[in-house]
Formats: sequence, structure tokens, C-alpha cells
Amino acid sequence: MPLRRVTFTFETKLIQRPVIYELGKEFEIVTNIRRAEVNHDSGWVVLELEGTVDEIDRGLAWVAEQGVGVSSLEGDILAG
Amino acid sequence: MQLLPMRGPVEKLPNVQSLRCKECGRDYPQEPIYVCDFCFGPLEVNYDYEEISKSISRESIEDGPLTIWRYDQLLPADRENAVNIGAGMTPLLKADNLGREVGLNNLWIKNDAANPTHSFKDRVVSVAATKAVEFDFDTIACASTGNLAGATAAHGAKAGMNTMVFIPSDLERGKILGAAIFGSVVLVNGNYDDVNRLCSELGDDRRWAFVNINMRPYYSEGSKSIGYELAEQLGWRAPQHVIVPVASGSLFTKVYKGLQEFAQLGIIDGADTKMHIAQPFGCSPVARAFIEGQAHPKPVIPDTIAKSLAIGSPADGYYSVGIANKTGGSGTIVPESEIAEGMKLLAETEGIFTETAGGVVISTLRRLVREGVIGPDEETVALITGTGLKTLEAIADSVETKTIDPTVRSFDEIVMGTAVS
Repeated sequence: MPLRRVTFTFETKLIQRPVIYELGKEFEIVTNIRRAEVNHDSGWVVLELEGTVDEIDRGLAWVAEQGVGVSSLEGDILAG
Repeated sequence: MQLLPMRGPVEKLPNVQSLRCKECGRDYPQEPIYVCDFCFGPLEVNYDYEEISKSISRESIEDGPLTIWRYDQLLPADRENAVNIGAGMTPLLKADNLGREVGLNNLWIKNDAANPTHSFKDRVVSVAATKAVEFDFDTIACASTGNLAGATAAHGAKAGMNTMVFIPSDLERGKILGAAIFGSVVLVNGNYDDVNRLCSELGDDRRWAFVNINMRPYYSEGSKSIGYELAEQLGWRAPQHVIVPVASGSLFTKVYKGLQEFAQLGIIDGADTKMHIAQPFGCSPVARAFIEGQAHPKPVIPDTIAKSLAIGSPADGYYSVGIANKTGGSGTIVPESEIAEGMKLLAETEGIFTETAGGVVISTLRRLVREGVIGPDEETVALITGTGLKTLEAIADSVETKTIDPTVRSFDEIVMGTAVS
């Protein structure tokens, strides 16, 4: 099953919401957190997702719609 | 991304111990890898500073070539293998005219537009290409909308490697040709995200040296040479302030690292340099995170005329924010309208035509002096990373010209502004 490494960034309003739990529940995606930091007003999580390419794409689009910052672990490759 | 096997053994360099995870500290062998399997932290070259300290000195550096390879003991590749088209040792110019204009008595411009393909990217690609040769890759690749394309294409040509430079097909013709002259440019019908995704997929299943993916730990080290050069060209000392244009943040972190390494090795007495982030309004995730007190920049969709800074998801943004905080630096967001103003100001005062990123830097400089962040006598370096000739469209509406008839009368009237009776 394809794997994808991503970073989520959370603003204050989303800190208390279990977005990663919801991602795993709403989509056929296994989430595996590797590194994270949450403080009083923001947070970020580095995690690996396992699922089909389509399901991961759909799941990440949903996460972004919730207001979470989504980026690939590599960051943007296309450079100036 | 999967690791691809090397075809040949790589000789261990005496100055490098390993690749080390910046987060958990796990060590990895010197291979074309870039991320820690355990915690997904980025890998960075881990040097044997004790060994290096036995042989490096100001004199040993001064005896080296007039390129980045004079600092080879602090680079992760062998100078004997260098893919060298002359990157580095660009001018550090005292900018008295600009200094007077903005209110600084001790201002310097580091002009990296003087590199072979006219940007600082020659530094990083020279190291990445050399490492690609050492790893026995036959293909070097990148995805770029500008400077990286030219630098990779040129170094690939010099190395005699297959070169794959991916460029969005709607990029300005001048930029395409500037890379295509070296051969091997591939135009992709698609937008920014499409090219990113394609290259990520290609990087997964091709045995290529992708300069800013699997070669990233080595590639990024090339930027340290700017820090070394600043110290050397200032007479072996670190400046009090450096203003750096930030895209991925790699350049920012490595200029800082270069200065710190020189201090650690006793090449300079210390490095208390304040590091200042400069970003344009249309793509400012790192500066914004600094200003808002966030550790981790939130990704954005870039919409700026400073195309070389259009990295919405900056891989080293987190580390850049940390360094700016640690050094007492700053983060500045420059309005898009001020970018061309900064370019013009530098051109009209110092005779240097910078790319848009330099316009962001000069406008940041002006703001930092105005706000008292930089004092009038504090030694400051503004980093100019590329030439304006690649971004002519940015200043098309800002530059005035006068057209006359081929007569002295017309010249006097229109140019001199003198009425002729």
C-alpha cells in the first residue's frame, strides 16, 4: 500500500479537534505520527499515511478543507 | 521516498563522519538519502570538526582556488572531483551610496549575481553535482522556475551527465532559454503543483540525483560558502547583521551555519550575527511565523512577483524561524509594490541590477533601519542572490526612458529640459 509523509500545521482554533483521528475514521487511511509539537496556541505533526493514492489524496483534501496546513515532508521541490 | 541502491562504492571523506538527523540525532551512512527513517527529521552532514581543526586555517583557505572549493574541508565532497564552473568568491562591495540613502554607515552588498549562471544556486549545485558524480549517478535533475534550472543545467553539462530540468511550460521564454542553452530542459504542461507532484513521483522510482530531494543534505551545504566568504572578505570577522531572502529557508540556515562553523574552528573570533528573514507579501510563511511567534510556518499558495522566493511550503522554514529568534534577528514582510522600488534603489545607488529577491532584501533593509532594528553604525550585509536580467518583467512598469528625435534640439528639450527659442 502506498505511503506518504506529510506535515500538518494547526492554528489555535483547531488545536482541540481530533483531526487525525477523524482522518483515520472517515477515510481508509492508516495514520502514523512520528514527530509533533503542540503548545498553547498552535501545533504541528509530522506523520506517515498509508492507503491508496486516491484515498490519501481525498483525505488530505479534506484535512486542508478543515483549515489545517498540509505539506509534503520534502516541502516544495519546484524552486526558483 | 524509496532509497535507490548505489552502483559503486563511495570513498569515505576524512572530514565527514555521517549524515545525522537534525531532530533525533541518529546517524546514517553517506548515501543519497535525506530523511530520517525513524522520526522523518531532515538529515544533515555531520563533520569531524576535531579532525578538520588540525589542518584548516586562514592560510590554508587563502591558498585554495578562488571558488567555493577553497572551503573544501567544510564541504561534503572531494575538491579533486569538483564539478566546477567557478561558483563562489563573488564580490562583497562596500555600499556607501545605498548606506547614505537608508541611514547606514557600514553597509555591504554580497553580490551573488556574479556567479557563473548569475545566482547563488551555482554554489549548491556545484556541491550536489560533485556528490552525484561521487555516487556514480548518470543523471542529475531538478524542478525549477528560474535560477536552479540554469545552475543545474550548466553543472550537468560540465559534468557530462544526463540532465533533466523540469520547467512549467508557461514560464517566460527568457528563463526557459537561459537553461535550455545548456541542453536537457523538459517543459511540463501543468501548474506549480503539477510539476511538484511529477518530480516527487519521478524522484521515487528513477535512479537520478535530484539536487533538492535525495541530494539535499549535500546540496544545501554549498550555501555555507556564503557565510565563509562574508567572514573572509570582511577581514576574518562576522558581520553584526545579515539580511537573507528566504524561499525554502535552506540558504538562511546555511549562511548562519557557515559563520558558526568558522567561529567554532577558531577561524574567526566569534559569530554573534543577527539573522534577518526577508520575504515578499505574496509568499511570506516564514516571516509571518516569526512575527506571529509560531515555530512552524503554515503553508501558503505563492502569489508574488519574487518568483525565486515562491516556496509556499518551505522545508527549512521551521529552522529559519528558530535561528532568527536565537540570534535576535527579525522577520520582515515586504509589500509587493516595494519590491521593484528596492531593485531600483540598489541599481541607482550601487550599480547592481538585482533580481526581485534582492528587491525584497533592500526593502527589508530600509525598513529595519527605519524601525531601529539595525543601528546606523552596525556592520550589515545585504545578500543579493541573483541578477535582474532574469526578471525584467518585474521592473517593466517602474523604469522610465526618454525617446528623442535625432537632433540636438530634441535632446535639449526632452533630456535636458531646456526650452530652445
